[in-house]
This record gives sequence, structure tokens and C-alpha cells, in this order.
Amino acid sequence: MLLVLAATAFLTIFLALPLAVVFAEAFRQGLRAYLSAIGQREVLSAIRLTLLVAAISVPLNVVFGVAAAWAIARFEFRGKALLGAFIDLPFSVSPVISGLVYVLLFGAQGWFGHWLELHDVKIIFAVPGLVLATIFITLPFVARELIPLMQSQGRDEEEAARVLGAGGWQMFFRVTLPNIRWALLYGVLLCNARAMGEFGAVSVVSGHIRGLTTTMPLEVEMRYNEYDYVGAFAVATLLALLALATLAIKALLEWRYGDEIAAHAPGGH
Amino acid sequence: MTLELSHLSRRFTDSAALDDVSLIIAPGEFLALLGPSGSGKTTLLRILAGLDYPDAGTVQLDGYDFLAAQAHKRKVGLVFQHYALFRHLTVAENVAFGLRVRSRKARPSRAQITERVKQLLKRVQLDDHGHRYPSQLSGGQRQRVALARALAVEPDLLLLDEPFGALDAQVRVTLRRWLRELHEDLELTTVFVTHDQEEALELADRIAVMNRGRIEQVGSPEAIYQQPATPFVCEFIGKMNKLPLTYANYRLSAGDWVLEGDPWNGRHTNAVAYVRPEHLSLGGADTEPGWVARLRHVYLAGSVAHLELHVPSIDQTLEVDVAGEDVTRLGLQTGVELRVAPRNAIVFALGEQGSDAPPEGRWVWQP
Repeated sequence: MLLVLAATAFLTIFLALPLAVVFAEAFRQGLRAYLSAIGQREVLSAIRLTLLVAAISVPLNVVFGVAAAWAIARFEFRGKALLGAFIDLPFSVSPVISGLVYVLLFGAQGWFGHWLELHDVKIIFAVPGLVLATIFITLPFVARELIPLMQSQGRDEEEAARVLGAGGWQMFFRVTLPNIRWALLYGVLLCNARAMGEFGAVSVVSGHIRGLTTTMPLEVEMRYNEYDYVGAFAVATLLALLALATLAIKALLEWRYGDEIAAHAPGGH
Repeated sequence: MTLELSHLSRRFTDSAALDDVSLIIAPGEFLALLGPSGSGKTTLLRILAGLDYPDAGTVQLDGYDFLAAQAHKRKVGLVFQHYALFRHLTVAENVAFGLRVRSRKARPSRAQITERVKQLLKRVQLDDHGHRYPSQLSGGQRQRVALARALAVEPDLLLLDEPFGALDAQVRVTLRRWLRELHEDLELTTVFVTHDQEEALELADRIAVMNRGRIEQVGSPEAIYQQPATPFVCEFIGKMNKLPLTYANYRLSAGDWVLEGDPWNGRHTNAVAYVRPEHLSLGGADTEPGWVARLRHVYLAGSVAHLELHVPSIDQTLEVDVAGEDVTRLGLQTGVELRVAPRNAIVFALGEQGSDAPPEGRWVWQP
């Protein structure tokens, strides 16, 4: 009982209260001020950019995550441990460092900076840099979700499909994918939340060019630093809503398909 | 369709799973691959299914290269030990899978597929379970769904991997009989893997006994049981009394049991004899070659009695099977002293590696 109380108090102080503050500050000067803050050109551009970055990086991570999880769960090969470590790297490295690495590679003074300048390709302080940094940061989400599940499911069903006459793609779309669909959706959800909410790495490669390279989290910071509290918190409410929606769908998935997500598969055995 | 496997070898990183295996599988036969775990029997099955490939050797189907065809083009039905049913599909959808994935040209119409699935489910006695999911079925039912699914594609060759391994004893026996009847019905060439000798002896037309990646013996269940070809088969199939022999005065012997007529004329002095419990006679005359033994235990198991006799002269315990009624007729009580003599034995001349390696000679001994 005491433990429950402590947990509730903890959650209130560290989660519910800040959330309330975000909304309270955003609506401090009324609904009109809130709406006009959100309707600003820069804010709309930040929303568009955030959606664009997520729309590119999430599908790419799905493809990479499924391929990597499949390779790790199904095959023995040299460098398998290395691949696993590589997938975990973004979790263990500070996002700021991740961003910095891209600056060192593609920035004006970076390894490929000169070549990129010659060919008029902009990566750092431009949208490609944001996408690259986001892909790197969200790399583990899909793969890490799928690997334990695919390992526990084993390859029997896929082999059965092969022997029954299914080609490689038929096997994938009729057996592999249906077996991992809910875990995949779960991974996509977390990946998307992180892609839209990422600050550190994106901040380093963005250059904070208003209306061009600022995503929503960056917009929040810039407005806050400019003492535009209503504007900052108004954008923050959108991110908070994203978080709440993510949380709700995540809870729904866990409740409905928990056994298929948590790597112990029902039936079959 | 005759399958001819010649000189198949398959190495995994740490061990040889198959070591120069050759075997001919005749059309319509029911063949068991029998062996302990790690003997290579499942590897052999997976190679036939197209899920694994040998490092060396060939498999020919009526003269064509069987290995060149990929798994999904072989017309093979495979039933996995743990069924491997598609968990997200219903029973009917599972059975229909092999037909649905066919190219449009070869695919039967929707109505034909439904009809075929219905027939197959009826055949495996699951007519009214088509709409259920695998997780809602018992082990025996799942196994039958797996079989129906494998049969749906009308395979030329049916492969079963430990088909009854995960079932409890009673279901196992029922399903075994049923499978035998099904085979007689379909006359489909069937290869099944098992570590259970009883299963192999009861079901199969022929048995290939495997050990350490090699085939030790291929033959009918009777031949495997009555005329084991190697020490391994002796020790693996049924019960055997193992008697190390010594060589002296130009004869092999184990204590008072002297074997006249050494076929090797003393070339092999390291030999071992195997005698089945039912091939030991009790209470014979003193002139027969045999031992004096003391009866230690009598286990009366209905019609048969299992006796445990100790032979002091070779300090070995022998197992002897007699008819249950003989226990009272011969006055077999614990502690009694009596003569015991082999009626026949199989003697192997062993090389330096002992009974693990193929024997250097085999001799069917009779008094």
C-alpha cells in the first residue's frame, strides 16, 4: 500500500504535474493566443518538417529493423555480435555525440565536407542531416523489439511454408510478417515517438534556421530562449499530445496483444 | 519414384552430422530412420526436404538430381516434430496454405481448395475443427492438422520428423496405428525419423539404424532385431547381454562358456558376444557350454518373467527372459543355483577402438 502511494506520488510529481504545467502555460493567455501561436508560419513549418523527418526515417528503420532482426534471429554468420552491438550503439551513445559525428563527417570542415561542397550537396544544417541523425537515433527501436520475438518463434513455420511450396516473398508476407505484426507495430510506435521528439542529435546538425531546419522540439527551445512562453508551451502541448497518443496506443497494444509482443508466443508448442 | 542417396556427408562446425551415408528408398515404402539424438537422422531428413544441403554426395530421384530442386519445388510433405502450424491461420487455412501459394496457373479454384481441405480434414478426423486456431487444439489434433497440411500438396514423398515425440503415451500408440493404416491407404513413400525403437519396429517396412552420422544397418524390423549387424545395433535395439570374450588355447570363451570353431583362427583376439535374454536356456545338461549362476531377482511381468542371474565365474549379471509359467514349473526362486546356457549369440571381432567402431568380423554362433 505504501509502495503504491509512493509510486503515485512519484508519478504525480514527475509526470502529471509537468504535463499540467505545459498545458497551463500554453493556455495562460487564453485560447486565442494559443491558436495564434500555433498558427504562426514558423510553427507550421516546424510541424511539417517534423512529420517529414519521421515519414522518411520511420519506414527506413522498419525495413532495416526487420531485415536486421531476421538476420540475427535466423542465421549464424560472422559479425553477428558486431551487428547486435551496432544496433544498440545509439542507446549507449549520447545523442549530442551522434549529431556531432555527422557534423564531423559531412560538415564544412568534415571528412566529406569539401567533396560535398564541390558537388553542391547540403547535409549539415539542412534536412538530409536531420533525417540522418534521426535514423541513427531511432535505429534500435524496431530491431530490438523483433529480435527476441523472432528468436523465440524459431524458424519452423518459415521452413514449413518453404516446403509447402511458398517462395521467399510469399513466406515473408504470409508467415513471417503476420507472426511479428503486433511487435512490429509496437516498435514503429516507439520509433515514431522518438523520431518526432528527438532533440539532442537533431539540435547539433540543424543549425536552427527558422522555418527551414527547426523541428518541433527545437522550435520549443528557441521560443523559450526568446521568452515567448506561450509559443514555446503551445508547441510543447502538441508534443505532449503525441506522447499521450503514443502511450494510449502502446497500452492498447500491450493489453490486447501482450503475449505476442513480449516474446513468448502462444500456441504452436 | 526411387530415391537414391549416395555418399552424403554433412559437417557442422564442431562435428560430422552425416558421414558417407548411402541409402535407397523404394517407391511406396515406409522407412524409419532410427538412432539416438545427434546420430544425423534429422539432418538426413532436412536434406531430403531441401532445408539443408550436404557438403558432399548426391540424391537422385529416378535418375534426376533431387538436390538441384529448391525446397518449394520438391513436392515433399514434411511434418515437424513440433508441428510448426501457422499460428495466425485457422486449421482450414493451414491445410489450404500449400495450395494457395501456388502460381495462378497451378492453383485450384477457391471452391476446389475448400473441397480438398474438407476431404483432408475428414481424412484426419477433424471435420468440424476447420475454423479453430492451432492453439485451441490438443497435441494429437495439431499433429493430424500438420499431416493434413503436408498431404494437401499431394507430395511424392512424405517426411515425418519424430512425429509422435511430443505426444503422451496413449495418444502416441493410437496415432501410430492410424498412421500405419493411412500409409497402407495412400501407398505414399514415407520416411520418418525416430529415436523410439518400438515405434520403428512396429511401424516401418524397413529401418535404417543410424549412429554418429553413419548408417549402421538397413533392413526389415525382423532382420534388425534378429540379425543385428554391428555392436551398436545390438546395444541400441532391444535388450542384450554383452559378454566380453577372452582368447586362449585357440578358442574364444567367457568363463565356462567356450565357443568352439573360431572362424578367424585366432586373428582377432578382442571379441565380444551379444545374447538376447530370450536366447538363454535354464537348467540344461552339464555337457552344454554355459555357466552356473545364482538367481538374484525374478520380475514377473504377466506372460513373461525377467530374471536377473549372477554368474560368479565371469562376475557378470545376465538378464534372462522366460515364460511366466516357467517360474513355478522350474521352481525359480531367489537364491537358487542353476545352469544357464546361450542358445545362440552374435560375436563381433573388435578393432582397437572397441565397440564404437565398425566391427572387423561378425560370427553368428550356435552350439
